[in-house]
Amino acid sequence: MNALEPGAELPTQEYAVTRADLVRYAGASGDRNPIHWSDRVATGVGLPGVIAHGMFTMALAARALDTWAGAPGRVRELGCKFTKPVVVPDDDDGVVVRVAGTVKGVEDGRASVALEVTCGDEKVLGMPRAVVLVGPAPEVASA
Amino acid sequence: MAVSADLAGRTFAPTAPYEVTAERVAEFVAATGSAYDGTAAPTTFPIVVAFRAMTDLMEDPDVGIALHRVVHGEQRFSYTRPVVPGDVLTATLTVDSLRQIGGADIIGTRSEIVDADGAPVVTAHAVLVHRGEDG
Repeated sequence: MNALEPGAELPTQEYAVTRADLVRYAGASGDRNPIHWSDRVATGVGLPGVIAHGMFTMALAARALDTWAGAPGRVRELGCKFTKPVVVPDDDDGVVVRVAGTVKGVEDGRASVALEVTCGDEKVLGMPRAVVLVGPAPEVASA
Repeated sequence: MAVSADLAGRTFAPTAPYEVTAERVAEFVAATGSAYDGTAAPTTFPIVVAFRAMTDLMEDPDVGIALHRVVHGEQRFSYTRPVVPGDVLTATLTVDSLRQIGGADIIGTRSEIVDADGAPVVTAHAVLVHRGEDG
């Protein structure tokens, strides 16, 4: 798969996010801030409810990039601002985060990708941009 | 209270070595639903190491940060090579910039993450927003 061509609109990825995902992410990342699992604490600091870790939403953007690149380990740059919280309801369905991407250009085997990460009608990440290797898979040496 | 004005340009001591095990990567992969082929860890995995460097900064009593008023404003990863199981990583954090906007401190940090040989792996830039008393 090599969809990373200049101007390409990459297939939008959709990810459902539930409270269970946030608990798992808290454990895996070490970020145990209670605004990501306690409604009491979240509303106490003025949030509408429990919100996803910004880094979890960013991880979903990275996941979409891996899908588009055809393999993990090909993202060389990824950056964003955390602009709007993703509020995650306490139910089985959760909330859907959508990751869309456009290839702005390809140079020296690297594709520059502009992302759009939304929840409902809102952009939840600001200026998400990435640089992804294209072409043959790079050697990943074992440490 | 604003953070110490001489914070800009300061470099903190490296974090304790962090061993990237297959189990830790697998846990992160499962938590984020990422694809994994046994080599490269997910792109945002190094936040685990960078987070430790940021915690050292935020908990330093000389810096003057109140932890509960810190919001993660921006994050960026710039890779030299992917992180793989077996890596032993340390992060060295430098405060690149410090600005005050509307009573908040905007703290620009750069954590250089290197392997056991000291070779660069990934640089993690983070902007921390430290809200003022009324923020």
